[in-house]
Amino acid sequence: MQRKPFILALASLTIMAAVQKIPQMTDDQKALHALNRLTFGPRPGDLEQVKQIGIAQWIGQQLHPESIPENPILLAKLEPLDTLQMGTAAMLQKYPSQQMIRQMSDGKLPLPADTQTRAAVEIEIARYQQKKNPDDARMPTATLGALPLDETQKSEFVNGTQESRVAFLESLPDDKLVEVLTALPQQMRTRLANAGSPALRRQVEILNTPGQIVNRDLSEGKLLRAIYSNRQLEEVLSDFWFNHFNIYLDKGADRYMVTAYERDVIRPHVLGKFKDLLLATAESPAMLFYLDNWESAGGNAPVRPNAPANQKKQGLNENYGRELMELHTLGVDGGYTQQDVTEVARCFTGWTIRQPNQGGGFFFNPRTHDRGEKHVLGVTIPAGGGMDDGLKVLDILAKHPSTAHFIAKSLAIRFVSDNPPDSLVDKMAATFTNTDGDLREVMRTMLNADEFWAAANFRAKLKSPLEMVVSAVRAVNGDVNMATQMVAQLNTLGEPLYRKQEPTGYTNRGGDWLNSASLLARMNFANTLAQGKVGGVKVDLTQFSGDTTQIEHNILLTDASPASQAAIHAGIDEAAQPQTRIGPMVAGLTLGSPDFQRR
Amino acid sequence: MPISRRIFLRDSAIAMVGVGTSPLWLQRAALAQTTTGQRKKVLVAIFQRGAADGLNIVVPHGEQRYYDLRPTIAIPRTEVIDLDGMFGLHPSLAPLKPLWDNRQLAIVHAAGSPDPTRSHFDAQDYMESGTPGMKSTDDGWLNRALPPVTGKPSPVRAVSLGPTLPRAMRGKNEAVAVESLGAFTVRDTAAAKTLEAMYAGTGDQVLNGTGRTTFEAVALLQSLQKTPYAPADGATYPAGRFGDSLRQIAQMIKANVGVEVAFADIGDWDHHAQEPTRLPARLAEFGASLAAFYRDMGDRMEDVVLVTMSEFGRTAKENGDRGTDHGHANAMFVMGGPVQGGKVYGKWPGLAQEQLYENRDLALTTDFRDVLGESVYNHLGNQQIGKVFPGYAAGPNKFKGYLRA
Repeated sequence: MQRKPFILALASLTIMAAVQKIPQMTDDQKALHALNRLTFGPRPGDLEQVKQIGIAQWIGQQLHPESIPENPILLAKLEPLDTLQMGTAAMLQKYPSQQMIRQMSDGKLPLPADTQTRAAVEIEIARYQQKKNPDDARMPTATLGALPLDETQKSEFVNGTQESRVAFLESLPDDKLVEVLTALPQQMRTRLANAGSPALRRQVEILNTPGQIVNRDLSEGKLLRAIYSNRQLEEVLSDFWFNHFNIYLDKGADRYMVTAYERDVIRPHVLGKFKDLLLATAESPAMLFYLDNWESAGGNAPVRPNAPANQKKQGLNENYGRELMELHTLGVDGGYTQQDVTEVARCFTGWTIRQPNQGGGFFFNPRTHDRGEKHVLGVTIPAGGGMDDGLKVLDILAKHPSTAHFIAKSLAIRFVSDNPPDSLVDKMAATFTNTDGDLREVMRTMLNADEFWAAANFRAKLKSPLEMVVSAVRAVNGDVNMATQMVAQLNTLGEPLYRKQEPTGYTNRGGDWLNSASLLARMNFANTLAQGKVGGVKVDLTQFSGDTTQIEHNILLTDASPASQAAIHAGIDEAAQPQTRIGPMVAGLTLGSPDFQRR
Repeated sequence: MPISRRIFLRDSAIAMVGVGTSPLWLQRAALAQTTTGQRKKVLVAIFQRGAADGLNIVVPHGEQRYYDLRPTIAIPRTEVIDLDGMFGLHPSLAPLKPLWDNRQLAIVHAAGSPDPTRSHFDAQDYMESGTPGMKSTDDGWLNRALPPVTGKPSPVRAVSLGPTLPRAMRGKNEAVAVESLGAFTVRDTAAAKTLEAMYAGTGDQVLNGTGRTTFEAVALLQSLQKTPYAPADGATYPAGRFGDSLRQIAQMIKANVGVEVAFADIGDWDHHAQEPTRLPARLAEFGASLAAFYRDMGDRMEDVVLVTMSEFGRTAKENGDRGTDHGHANAMFVMGGPVQGGKVYGKWPGLAQEQLYENRDLALTTDFRDVLGESVYNHLGNQQIGKVFPGYAAGPNKFKGYLRA
C-alpha cells in the first residue's frame, strides 16, 4: 500500500509522456473534425460558424443542448407527426393496433370516437372481414361516380388535373376531406397525397395504413432531427444510447412503446447521470417487454388463475438479467458468472407492466417477486426485500469499475476510433467513476483529450449507413418532406431504423459496415440524391456550380484526394455534358467517393 | 470465341495487370475467362442467429426425461416426425423428411462450441471466427476455408447474402456481400466508370480493396441479372429473406461464376418466452427454404455440402415463460450429394440431471470445428485444416464420417 502513490505518480508520468507524443491536427482540421464526430455531418455554412464561435465554445454549447435554440424548420416539420408527442395509451386510441381492430371488428371494443380514426378503422375492419370470410364481406368498391360531392364539384373533380384535384382536396374542411378521401380509390388518393401538402399526405396515410403511422413517425422523426436539429450532439448521443439500450420495434407490444422509450427514457439522460438512465431503462415498459422481464417470476409466485392450463405457472426468465450485465453495464468480460445472471434475474422478478397491449406502465408486483436471499457479484441481498432488490443491483452495477470502463470504451469507439487507445478509455473511465457516472463530464474528458484530436483520427472513421445517408443530405442541404425513401435506403444498407433485433444494437465500429453490397448501395444513393431524385428530398441543383474541384470542396469541406479529383476530372471531360448536368454528376461522384465514406 | 483468342486475352490481360496499365474491360475479360464454365465444389454455411432450440428441433423423443424437463413445451410423441426411434424432427420440418429418406440429410446432435459463454454476441463471434475463447482472431473460418488458388480467383469465390459481410467471411481472401443480385450494380452507367476508377486509385487501402472486389464482382454477376431466374423442378422458395438468400445462392452456383463458399443467415431464434407459438413459423421457413434449395439444385447438389449452425443451444429445462434460456450444445444439419445421410451422428450425452452441462444444458460431445472441418477437408479439399481452425488439433481422426469416402 505504501508504494501506491509512487506507482501512481510514475504511471501518470508515463501517461503524460505518451500523450505528448501524439501528433495533433491543425486548427482547420480540428473544426471540421468536431463537426464530423459530434454531428451527423456538416451542412453548408457549419464550418464557418464553428470557426467563428471558436471550437471550444461550440463544443461547450453542444454539451448544453438546452442552451441552443432549436431550428424552427425542424419544429415545423415535426409538428404533423403527432404520435411523437403521445403516450402509448393515447397512441393506441388514435391509431389502434391490429389486435384492437380485430376486437372492434368482433364487437369486443367500441369503435373510436374520432371521425378520422373511425374512418380508418372502418376500412381496416372491412379488410379484416374480407380476409376472414372472403365470400361474405366485400370491400366497398370506390368509384369516382360515388364521391360524396354535389354534381358540379364532382364533375370538376373528375375532369380536373392532378393539380386542381389536390387544390380542391386541400380546400375541404377536415370532416368532409376524410369522407371524400375514403370514397376515392386507394391508388388515386395516394397519388394525389404525394403531390400535396404534408397535412394531406398524412390524412391519406392514416386511411391507407393506420397501423404504420407510429413507426413511420418514429423513423421520419429520427431522420428529421438528425438532419435539421441544431442540437446535433444530443441527436448523435440519443442514437448512441438508444443503440446501447437497444429495443426491437417489431416485437409485439413494443411497436407502441418505442416512441415514449426514446423520448422519455433515453433522450433526457444522454448528458445526465448514467444510473438515472439505467434505472429509467430498467423501469421502462419497452425494455421490460423486449427482454421478457415482465413475465419473469420467482419460484414462489402464485399461479395465474385465468391463464390457460399450461401457462398457469410462471417462473424465472434470465433474459434481462444477462443483457443488463453483458450489454448495458459491465460488458461481457466485466467479471460476472452464470450464477450472477440467475441471481440478478431473481432480484428483478416482479418488475413488470400493467397490460402491455393497452399501454399500461411499469409496476412492481410483490406477488411474483422472489423474496429469498440473493448474492450478486459478491454482495448479499438479504431475504424479504421487494423492489429495492432490483434497485440495489442497479446501484452495484452503475458503480462497478467494469461499467465505467465498458461505457467509456463504447463511447470512445463511437466518437474516436474503432480501436481507441487505452490511455483515453482509462481517462474517461476515471471521470465516470469520480463523477458518479456523469455522462456530460465523461464526454468532456474525451473532448479535452489529445487522443481525440490526434492527427491520425482526421477523417479516419468509416461512416455507418445512418451517418452516410444523413451526412449526404446535410451536405447538399436537402429539403426533406418525406423520409420514406431514406428509410428504405437504410434497410438496404443493413441498418433499418429501430429494427436491430438483437439486444446488442448496431456496431459502433465503422469498419464492420464496409462490404460490396453496402458500397454499391452508397454509390447509388449518392448519385440519386445529387440528381435530386430521392423521393421526398428536394435538392437545389444550382448549388453544384463552378469547377469540379470547387464542387468537391463544397461537399467535403476539404480538398478531395488527388485520386478522386483525377478520376472525376477524367470522367467528366469524357462525358462532355452541359454544365447543368455536370454539376450534379460531380456532386454525386463526390458523395459516392471514398473520401465521403469517412468522417 | 476461339480458344486461342481466349488464351491470348487472358495472358495479355494478366501481364498488363502486372504493370498496372490494363484497361478495366480487359481485366474483366480475363477475369471472365478464368472463372466461368467450371464446376466448383461448394460449401454453404447457414447460421441460425439467436440460439435455436436444438432439443425441440431434433427431438430426443426416445428419452422420457426430455418430456419431464419440458412439461409445457415438449413436442408430443404423436407429433414428432420420427427418424430412428430415438430422435425425430419438429413437425414444422416435414419438408426435410424426404431428404432424410434419400439419405442426403444428416444430423450431428449435441454439437457446438466448447466455450462456456452464454452471450449471443461472443458465441456468434467465436463460432464465426472458428476460434472459441480467442477474441483476437481477426478473420473468419469460412474465409480461411478457401483452398489456395493459382492464378486469378473469382471475385465471388466467397459470397454472402445480405447487406453486411458476416464475421465468418471476413479475411484476406476476397469476399463479397450481395444484398440482392438485382441491386448489385451501379445504376448510373455514366458514373460507374468514374467511381470504379476512384476506388481503384484511392490511397485508402481499405476502401481500395473493397472497391476493387466490388467492381470485379459486379462485372461478373451482370450476366445473371439479364434473365429472370426460374428455379428448377418447380422448386418454390418461401417468401422472406432466407428463402431469397438460398434462391440466389442456387442461382450463382448453377451459373458457374466460381462460388466456392456461400453464407446465409436466419434470425429470431431467441425464444425466452412462448416458444410453442414462435418456433413453428421459424422452422417452417427454415425447412421449406432448405428443401426448395435441394430441389432447385437437382443434380448439382452433388457438388454441394450445406451445413447449419447456431451459437449455442438452450436450457434443457423450460423456463417459467414457456420458453428456454441460453444453453450449451445444439443440433447441426448437414445436407448435400456427398453426405451419407439418414443418420444422426455424434454421441448422445443424455438428459439426466448429472448428464447435463453445468446442471442445466445439453452437454457437448462434438466440437463444431470437427463438423465444419470434415467438409473443408474432404469436400473443399483444403487439408490445411490447422490453419482454418488455429489453436485446435483438428484432423480426419476427429471427423464424424458424414461424407461419403
